[in-house]
Amino acid sequence: MDTKAILQAENITKRYPGTVALNDVMIEIMPGEVHTIVGENGAGKSTLMKVLAAAVTPDEGTIKFEGENVCFQSPKEAADKGIGIIYQEFNLFPEMTVEENIMIGNEKRKGVFVKKRENIKRVKDVLKRLNVSISTNTYVKHLGIAQQQLVEIAKSISKKVKVLIMDEPTAALTQEEIGNLFNMINTLKANGVAVIYISHKFDEIFAISDRVTVLRDGEYIATKRIEELNHDRLVQLMVGRQLNIVGRSGSARGNIALNVHNLSSEGKIKQINFTLHKGEVLGVAGLMGSGRTELAKTLYGLYPMDSGTVEINGKTIKQIKSPLQALKLGIGLIPEDRKKEGLVLEGSCETNISLPSLKKFVRAGFIKGRQEKEIILHYKHQLAIKYQTHQLAKQLSGGNQQKLVIAKMLATDVDVLIFDEPTRGVDIGAKQEIYKLMDELLQQGKAIIMISSEMEEVMNLSHRIAVMKEGELMDILPQQEATQEKIMQIATGVKQELGGLS
Amino acid sequence: MSTSLSTKSKRSFQITHELILLFVLIALVIFFASMSDNFLTTGNFINIIRQTAMLGIIAAGMTMVLLIGGIDLSVASNVALTSVVTGTLLSTGVDPVLAVLAGVATGVAVGTVNGLIVTKIGIPALITTLGMMTIVRGIGFVITDGYPVFGFPESIRWFGTGYLFGIPVPAIIMVIVFIIVWILLYKTYLGRYIYALGGNQEAARLSGVNTQRMQLLVYMTSGFLCSIAGMILLGRLNSGQPNALQAFELEVVTAVVLGGVSIFGGQGKLLGVVLGVMIMGVLANGLVILNVGEFYQMIITGLVLLIAVGMDRIYNRKKQS
Repeated sequence: MDTKAILQAENITKRYPGTVALNDVMIEIMPGEVHTIVGENGAGKSTLMKVLAAAVTPDEGTIKFEGENVCFQSPKEAADKGIGIIYQEFNLFPEMTVEENIMIGNEKRKGVFVKKRENIKRVKDVLKRLNVSISTNTYVKHLGIAQQQLVEIAKSISKKVKVLIMDEPTAALTQEEIGNLFNMINTLKANGVAVIYISHKFDEIFAISDRVTVLRDGEYIATKRIEELNHDRLVQLMVGRQLNIVGRSGSARGNIALNVHNLSSEGKIKQINFTLHKGEVLGVAGLMGSGRTELAKTLYGLYPMDSGTVEINGKTIKQIKSPLQALKLGIGLIPEDRKKEGLVLEGSCETNISLPSLKKFVRAGFIKGRQEKEIILHYKHQLAIKYQTHQLAKQLSGGNQQKLVIAKMLATDVDVLIFDEPTRGVDIGAKQEIYKLMDELLQQGKAIIMISSEMEEVMNLSHRIAVMKEGELMDILPQQEATQEKIMQIATGVKQELGGLS
Repeated sequence: MSTSLSTKSKRSFQITHELILLFVLIALVIFFASMSDNFLTTGNFINIIRQTAMLGIIAAGMTMVLLIGGIDLSVASNVALTSVVTGTLLSTGVDPVLAVLAGVATGVAVGTVNGLIVTKIGIPALITTLGMMTIVRGIGFVITDGYPVFGFPESIRWFGTGYLFGIPVPAIIMVIVFIIVWILLYKTYLGRYIYALGGNQEAARLSGVNTQRMQLLVYMTSGFLCSIAGMILLGRLNSGQPNALQAFELEVVTAVVLGGVSIFGGQGKLLGVVLGVMIMGVLANGLVILNVGEFYQMIITGLVLLIAVGMDRIYNRKKQS
């Protein structure tokens, strides 16, 4: 490298009670590069990122910023010096305007009074540099997720950021929005800003990175230029072994498990028809807001059925009024947002697993403790969930939390399982385990509806792929006929290239 | 206790909130015992549990309400109303059993209205029960035209002043209530649902919990326990007082929060609440014995709340950093 590193970390070690999150890790960031940190969940990516942003103080190691040893006391101090960070969960105030959000903490003031006009001018400059057209006096609560993210980026830029850390920035974005984000990142690069990028998505990693640093189990593994890598090589570095992407074994389609006829829910989904067989995976593809999740939630009794019928186990149902009823009918949902909808975070892992199936081991209201424990342990082992007795759900990694959510639904023993984004924010290892588990479920004669934004997942696992657009089911493609281009074409209604993505 | 929804992982010995409360309680007992010979006697101990019985019974209900993420400010008014209803019926010669049943029905009805407003109309519990607090108090005044009601058969006094095996009846009722609520919270699925509901209502609903029915049930239970406290009040005063226990709901909330129950729901243990109630009782009794003025008692009670919760906070903050 001919230029000097802007940010260097050496021999970083961080211990938490019971684990070493980072062990003697190093990383070197050059100005104007996009440097991706990859690794499975629990590899130490988040901790390293927080160390660099001074949100976590390492036990050992040195950090150099612009060639000098530094020891920032707080994220604020690091931000003032030019190291910005954008977390997955935004730090925005929904009830305040774009301008107020961007300038908060740095308002131009005269005494206690805010100089509104100067602030607005400053914000407009920043937004213009980013090529963003958002009005400065819009309330953040009225913005979509992609736009909120832009506000976060603008907030960092307004502080003259030199290093910008982004934690899985595309998790909630559509394909088009991802394209815009990448343009933005390229603009930042051109201005000499270094971007540290954290992602699970391989297509993105290869599309945007200049260099990649791989972590595994808290250890530094390697730093490579992206040209030196390919998909398999990167996976091998991450997991330390060769992994074959598991598809689905040739499970046979059985009898009809679910028959949905003319299903509508006002303003959400329109006239949906499909049949699902035992032992079958029906993939559901579509853009954000295409009604995929709404379809799942209607079937699970969360949105009213305004018309149509659902046939399951020989019964024809006109109304599914609650999740309780859906579960009784034999329909289970693994929701997309595990923290908000899936788990009682302050509750123990055990109580989370048994919550929906609790009534199965209750006599006269009393819980039969031993029987409950057996079931919990059964699913703990089947899904290889890593937790200690009485550990709280909030203390687990994303992958293990996702397994908890799956475990609780499996314990209810329903016939039709709806997986909504089953592997979002989950590392490769856990992903493989989830795929394997789905395959086992098919062997047992369960039927699966899988909603996913990950094309690879949809194409590999589904027998048939339903494509949705604006609340309607546009088409159902057999696996053999489905290509990524074809799906996107139906989902968007136009033929389009996948901007910038390989 | 493998079935409880434990809030802390038990790797080793930990300074839990309950332990801090026990420490505070023991410290208070030692302090009062050293200051007065009249404090540490069997008679005074029995006195304390009789005096705290009403607080404890209502606090048991309030615990469940706070655990589901709600609050019930109508409890004190509800206690007064139930005592007035039963008292009025008794004074007109209605059979005592029927009169008591009517009082209990009134308490449950108030709880039902609270629960229905919260779940069906969706007004936040704080506002719902704030409104109900004044409405229910008002109804009590309307029934008696603002005056106390007198003239009951002797039997009703048993609830407030009677003894069973040398132990005051109110204290026995309190112990039974705590045992039943403990079983409900930690041995039945209802308890599990209560904790889940307070921890994450959406996740609970998606897990097939009938969240509305559970909330309704909890408010009804709170109302029911208020009516039990109402009967004790009636027996103790030997009259139905529509203005009894003004602002007592805040004392109840104080005891429950002191016990470590989160006002945001989902966290806290009944054992802590039992200790919280005992601390409040010992404090009130001890300060009276030491002849501390009522105004100072108020200041000290508030201080004890802040110190106990503060110790927990400081300890937990240290642990995190």
